Amino acid sequence: MQKAKNLKEYREELRESLDNDFLRTTLDNFAIAYKAGRANAFKDMDVKELINEIACSKDEAGANADALYKEFKENAEAAGIHVHYAKDGDEANRIIAQIAKDTNCKKIVKSKSMTAEETLLNHDLEAAGLEVTETDLGEWIIQLRHEGPSHMVMPAIHLSRYQVGELFSDVTGKKQDSDIDKLVKVARRELRQKYVDADMGITGANFAVAETGGIGLVTNEGNARLCSTLPRVHVALMGLDKLLPKLHDALRILKALPRNATGQQITSYVTWITGANECASAEDGKKEIHYVMLDNGRSELIKDPLFSQVNRCIRCGACANVCPVYRLVGGHKMGHIYIGAIGLILTYFFHGKDKAKNLVQNCINCEACKDVCAGGIDLPRLIKEIHARILEEDGHPLPNMLLGKVLKNRKLFHGLLRAAKWGQKPVAEKDGFIRHLPLIFSKEHSFRALPTIAETPFRDWWKDNKPHVEKPKHRVALFSGCVQDFVYPEQMAAAVKVFAANDVAMEYPMEQSCCGLPVQMMGEMKTSKEVAIQNLRAFELGAYDYIITLCASCAGHLKHNYPKLVMDKPALKLKADEFASKVIDYSSFVHDVLKVEEKDYKKVDTKATYHAPCHLCRGLDVHEAPRKLIETGGMEYVECSEEEVCCGFGGTFSMKFPELSAELLSNKLNNVEETGAEVLLTDCPGCIMQLRGGLKTRGSKVKVQHIAEIMAENTK
Amino acid sequence: MSATQELVQKFTEKAELVSAFVTTVSSEDEAFKYVIDLCDKKDACQLLMSGCERDLSDKAEALCDTKQQKIIAAPGQKKGFYKELATLSKKAGFECIDSGMRDHLAGIDIGVTYAEYGIAETGTLMIDCPSEELRLATMISEYHVCILPKSKIKKDSYAVEKMMLTRMKKTPNYMAYVTGASRTADIERVLALGVHGPLELHILLLED
Ligand code: SF4
Ligand code: SF4
Repeated sequence: MQKAKNLKEYREELRESLDNDFLRTTLDNFAIAYKAGRANAFKDMDVKELINEIACSKDEAGANADALYKEFKENAEAAGIHVHYAKDGDEANRIIAQIAKDTNCKKIVKSKSMTAEETLLNHDLEAAGLEVTETDLGEWIIQLRHEGPSHMVMPAIHLSRYQVGELFSDVTGKKQDSDIDKLVKVARRELRQKYVDADMGITGANFAVAETGGIGLVTNEGNARLCSTLPRVHVALMGLDKLLPKLHDALRILKALPRNATGQQITSYVTWITGANECASAEDGKKEIHYVMLDNGRSELIKDPLFSQVNRCIRCGACANVCPVYRLVGGHKMGHIYIGAIGLILTYFFHGKDKAKNLVQNCINCEACKDVCAGGIDLPRLIKEIHARILEEDGHPLPNMLLGKVLKNRKLFHGLLRAAKWGQKPVAEKDGFIRHLPLIFSKEHSFRALPTIAETPFRDWWKDNKPHVEKPKHRVALFSGCVQDFVYPEQMAAAVKVFAANDVAMEYPMEQSCCGLPVQMMGEMKTSKEVAIQNLRAFELGAYDYIITLCASCAGHLKHNYPKLVMDKPALKLKADEFASKVIDYSSFVHDVLKVEEKDYKKVDTKATYHAPCHLCRGLDVHEAPRKLIETGGMEYVECSEEEVCCGFGGTFSMKFPELSAELLSNKLNNVEETGAEVLLTDCPGCIMQLRGGLKTRGSKVKVQHIAEIMAENTK
Repeated sequence: MSATQELVQKFTEKAELVSAFVTTVSSEDEAFKYVIDLCDKKDACQLLMSGCERDLSDKAEALCDTKQQKIIAAPGQKKGFYKELATLSKKAGFECIDSGMRDHLAGIDIGVTYAEYGIAETGTLMIDCPSEELRLATMISEYHVCILPKSKIKKDSYAVEKMMLTRMKKTPNYMAYVTGASRTADIERVLALGVHGPLELHILLLED
């Protein structure tokens, strides 16, 4: 739940989670186990294809929601079910309270439903004098603690067995120990009595199948079955997003939902209810069933050209499971009611700007969520778009405006960077780091040293050192990005050396500037767009086969976001598409295109490990090329655990949430040091800045280099 | 290996992965014997329902001492099937019922059912249970024993889609996919079997 009024308060709340050792250990273990479990569950399956199919069928269902609802309602009513439409949460809760009143129900047993969490149903029912008992074990636990869920699938993951033991001692009035099996048995008995007493059962629904008018429920504990069988009245509350045309669509989602949620092939129970069933406790022997279909903004959302993808969400929770920020702070902080990446988005739409404004900034843009999403939703992009919307509504903070102004004017921007070189003189050390942080940084930023601005930027070096290539095999343009232009120009120079040796003719268009990702990360979409247009204009596409960048983040942004940024300008869009198709990262170019060979590189006896930049491994789906290059380039590659997990840089993220950035970096560096490697290689200057800074502060001997540098050093 | 054998093998492997007990029986008689043996072995020294040995609130405890004898339930089965099972149960000293599940909500020892289909891909039983008695037997039994004719094992859920639709269109309908015992991992992600439903699932693959 979000209570923080501003970013400062939000950061204080995050601190609490970071200091919670139990939570941290649990979520660390979970993150690692989940990854293996998921991979195993999808083994032998074409996951990409399945996700694709789900995305298509859900998009279609979204587009036809009105017709589907009509069909669903007609079929359900024909089978004796009452169907209600609720435009918002309050109305849904009112309808359900009214049903209870009309049917003279007093006691309610409930199975898990995120939709009911969304409408805060229990609260309203209790206010209407009804007794509501959650029967899903995790939900019951948090209900007793008066908390919200901290995960969509495992609502009580933040609690230990000892906490549950104490809680159950209170509930039973007898001392309970902390053995999990025993605690589960206590819940079994305590809740069994509740089913016996209840006159109404409330469930959610995972599927609302239009062709049958029936619903499907996906559960493990079996509580939804008892809730929908024993009491004489059954109410199922579901969002419009659950509508599907055919049973087949539900079966397809069922192939992904449990696998993506918990790494299970299928849950213990999938219950299909169609029509008003037999019920011995009802007067006429028939159960009274009500479906409450919740809109709450969904019908608007599915009409939005960009946000309609949100309708594809099947609430599997995977986007939280893989999120490095979730792993650090847990669901109470990485969400309001809905949790994880999708939580950041839904909070804005269902619970409003105030609850979402801090949350949406807490995404490092690592794309791990997008990579596993069962609906193929471009979650990081939507999060950024919401951030942008909130800025539009609330006004842009001063630093954003300044940066935006500066970035839009390349000459001014580069002039400032050059000036910074002189400004840093008094604090610059010989080893390329700044001795102490400038005053604008608070002490939370001291977890990593910052680099100095280079003596000569790459663009100046290029003027004097552009190599002449006799018989070029490839013609390429170089895109440096700001960091390699002004902080690490030697990495560019190293690449130039290897390219020239392999007959690659190069151009460096001087009008290029920052790729724009940093401003986009701050939610400044307009500036991002303008910078993109400048860069597109700087490149004469006909002249090059490839546009190469050594920065994984630039590469991802140029390739995937540029075409989207200029979508509304048809002529530029064509250019952006062509531009994007030519963009390639350093490792892929050298390994896949140049196909360099081991014989051309000296063998050195150095053990090197690797950090996979988010925007390379997930953004561009490049996995093999860099690792192969390390070996080709003469080093011994040792694998690092969690190699593809974010280093915590995230550009401006590390400025805004230094405490989270520091933790992510610390996990990363622990893993790196464990490998015993002397050198850490990677493909992105942003990551290098973060990793070097952290190792320097630790006083570690591990050296961080761009792969381009070792390729140049070891060239025979 | 024949196609059926392959399906049987896959089904067995997947069901066992989620800790179901899978046994092949050559006839219904053998199935009855299995049920009686199982009931006999089950908590031989006590009649308590699962969880009743714990310290409970007074109200929950009240539901615990309503049972005098071990109970086997087999509602919704063919007459001959039930008669035979009832006779054997009686001989062994167990109560056998085919109705009145609601009088035993504290729990019954064994529920015996027939599955319509099996799904090899996930080791899943498809049980059609619009009858409330049958449905409850699969929920409140501590051990659920389900008989599945081998010929009814299909490759995946898509392969039973048509059969599901036929049943769903004859409303009202209540159908379940059952895979393994009732489970939870809600406390510290530690797997525990038997939360609200059966503690054990026994699948008897019937040669046919
Ligand atoms: S992009 Fe990364 S940090 Fe952002 S929500 Fe997705 S997984 Fe979390
Ligand atoms: S957004 Fe995707 S990953 Fe997240 S819960 Fe929804 S379907 Fe699952």
